[in-house]
Amino acid sequence: MLTLRDVTVRYGDTAAVDHVSLDLGSGQVLAVLGPSGCGKSTLLRAVAGLEPLSAGSISWDGVDLAGTPTHRRGFALMFQEGQLFAHLTVARNVAYALRLRRTPSARLRARVRELLELVGLAGYDDRLPGTLSGGERQRVALARALAVEPRLILLDEPLSALDANLRERLAGDLRDILHAAGTTALLVTHDHEEAFALADRLAVMRAGRVVQSGGIDQVWREPVDEQTALFLGYARVLRDDAARLVLEAAGLPPAPAVAVRRSALVVDGAGPIRARVESARVTPEQVRLVVDAGGLGRLDAVASLGSRVSPGDEVAVRVDVTRVAVLPIVPAP
Amino acid sequence: MRRIAGLLLLAAGPVLVLGVLFVLPVSGMVGEGFLTDGRFTPGAVLEVLARPRVHRVAWFTLWTSAVATLLAVVLGLPAAYALHRLALPGRAAVRAALLVPFVLPTVVVGVAFRQLLGEGGPLGGLGLDGTPAAIVCGLVFFNVAVVVRTVGVAWESLDPRPGQAAAALGASPSQVLRTVTLPALRPAIVGAASIVFLFCATAFGIVLTLGGVRHATIETEIYLLTTTVFDLRAASALSVLQIVAVVALLALAARLRAVPDPTAQRAVAPARAVRRGDTAVVLATLVVLGAMLLPIVTLVLGSLSVGEGWGLANYRALTTVGDDQALVVPVTAALLTSLRTAVDATWMALLVGVTVSLIVTRRSHSVAERRVRSTLDGFFMLPLGVSAVTLGFGFLITLDRPPLDLRDSPLLVPMAQALVALPLVVRTLTPVLGGIDDRQRQAAASLGASPWRTLLTVDLPVVWKPVLAASGFAFAASLGEFGATSFLARDDTPTLPVVIFRLLGHPGEMNYGMALAASVVLAGTTALVVLAVERLRVPGVGAF
Repeated sequence: MLTLRDVTVRYGDTAAVDHVSLDLGSGQVLAVLGPSGCGKSTLLRAVAGLEPLSAGSISWDGVDLAGTPTHRRGFALMFQEGQLFAHLTVARNVAYALRLRRTPSARLRARVRELLELVGLAGYDDRLPGTLSGGERQRVALARALAVEPRLILLDEPLSALDANLRERLAGDLRDILHAAGTTALLVTHDHEEAFALADRLAVMRAGRVVQSGGIDQVWREPVDEQTALFLGYARVLRDDAARLVLEAAGLPPAPAVAVRRSALVVDGAGPIRARVESARVTPEQVRLVVDAGGLGRLDAVASLGSRVSPGDEVAVRVDVTRVAVLPIVPAP
Repeated sequence: MRRIAGLLLLAAGPVLVLGVLFVLPVSGMVGEGFLTDGRFTPGAVLEVLARPRVHRVAWFTLWTSAVATLLAVVLGLPAAYALHRLALPGRAAVRAALLVPFVLPTVVVGVAFRQLLGEGGPLGGLGLDGTPAAIVCGLVFFNVAVVVRTVGVAWESLDPRPGQAAAALGASPSQVLRTVTLPALRPAIVGAASIVFLFCATAFGIVLTLGGVRHATIETEIYLLTTTVFDLRAASALSVLQIVAVVALLALAARLRAVPDPTAQRAVAPARAVRRGDTAVVLATLVVLGAMLLPIVTLVLGSLSVGEGWGLANYRALTTVGDDQALVVPVTAALLTSLRTAVDATWMALLVGVTVSLIVTRRSHSVAERRVRSTLDGFFMLPLGVSAVTLGFGFLITLDRPPLDLRDSPLLVPMAQALVALPLVVRTLTPVLGGIDDRQRQAAASLGASPWRTLLTVDLPVVWKPVLAASGFAFAASLGEFGATSFLARDDTPTLPVVIFRLLGHPGEMNYGMALAASVVLAGTTALVVLAVERLRVPGVGAF
């Protein structure tokens, strides 16, 4: 298993990675989630051995990796744009690490075929990377990284260069492939959807520090502070009276702050909160509303498709308890 | 149609210039070899090509160039890496200094190596003076800089991430170099090697000063046949051989440069701090730099040594015509002629070069336009395939009679030099002009800018520095030009390189001392011009 203790990477005076400690058990997929510039890619490169540590240690199964250069770590790194070798065919890209290990050619060919099938690119052997689409290139990069069964695979925003449609499909595939291969993976991304699609565990990183880590649904349900909640996709944080009203309506004990998603308020005739519809917009799944709910102020809400609500209507709303998160501490506003 | 007409009008100037100054001399020269009294007689050419001496000369050209190219690449690669990828102290200064040998006048390099390897020189004990090894050393000295520059610029802009991806897949540093870095650099290395081979095979001043009559290459043999044996037919036969060989080489190089996927990923990586593993590379670079400095230092020291002591007597003698009236005019007068000639050659090269670059880099709007453009493109690249000596020889035998008698024109030498400098100008400007996104021009035009206005707002701000750099290069190249000039310069208005060569040919300690001093002056002048160019920081200048 991978253990990071107080890992620090400095560029001059600024610490890109600041005392980060993480554990990653075998077979798990950990996503490091953070906005761009938070140091997550530097952290990944440090684990790969591409950035020297200023302090702290990275170890695998208790063995410190400080003296081990990148190519002896037995990790595979998959870059954001794949970084396929443009002068080699798909098959030669995939076989790259196998050739380095002088794998007998019959085994090598069989393994390449198996890997290309695994990533859904059977028959692409002789194509050059330049002729592939972005998604295909990422798949080849994944096959290349998996070829020698690395003990850890490092993924740098593996899906973010792709368009939305492809991203969703490849995310599912990637998760299945990682699980089928039983690979331990460390993934960094700025996209919480990508993290949720792929990872079992989540670490939220901000300004070089890990501010929260844990199981993915635990982090999701209990964001540690307002910024984390907003980064995880919560629409806004309510405080004091507004928080009390929402929690009461949700049947939860009072707390000083609560984060709500856009879909936390649902139009429901039996709901305890009265609100006036200010605007309504139809989307493929539901009707998105902006409502003015007395003491709560102006908030997002949703109604099911087919419910006829229009601006000016008085509606009753309830709170969907799975769509709110109580924040433990509130930083001074 | 109007676009094509405009294009042809713009192209008319350069086409006319090249027609008169290039096609006419070359065809005249071919005629000299193949025609006897207006009849086609190829037998004479074949007879020349069958001579044992010609075989010896051709073989000598081939193997010295091949060995020198190999050495230049092997010595240049570590330096290219160290100077463009590692954060070495003072690397900017060293990179600038490396531009100097590239434009150092060939005669000066020849003189420096004679001083270095000759009797009493620091390396005189090796007994290399007058041997082929000395010639190879001179050629390598000249061309290491080309390799460092060309490969270095490519290496600098090489995306480091594929290498890191390979390392993460388990490739050791040497495996990364072999399987990722070198394949990615292949176009640059092949390009540098082929241009270096071309420079070596057509080197004139170095070979003539170091090899004389004994070790001749095709290039110096053409000169010797013309000026001492007066066998014009043999000279033109060799020139034709030379042109065919060079064109074949350029075509081969273009094929070798082609890579499976030319859309390389580019991103300039910040220089990396020097690590312990870099010791070998840094040491190799220091050795190369030392080897580059040695001849120059020897030259300067030699010019300052007078009898048993030191002094400026050799420099003071530059106002004289040397011992035994070795010269017709004093060296200082030749310096003035050189500067004047260089100014003329520069504006001519620039005028034609800028027009040609504009013509070949503009986007075509129709198939017919593209066809016209690519025909022009091919035509303008022709002078690349012809050496300076061939050009000078062609000028000599065609532009001395009606309809075009330029024998007495003071513009004859500048014209030849401008033609020699033309590829340098075009090579500096076309990447810059070609790199401008055509949509910028379209945006300007759609906002109501006329073609002239578009040129001013889009092209000029990007291109003025490269134009300045190109003129500096053309100026330096013209100052040092010896191949064509040696045929064309008149006795009473010689240029500095011609004077230096003449001084070397006359016995006498003072004449030799003056040759050294004049070489230092010439080298200093070109170095100043080139270092000024380097201050402009035009990316990729001097890279091929």
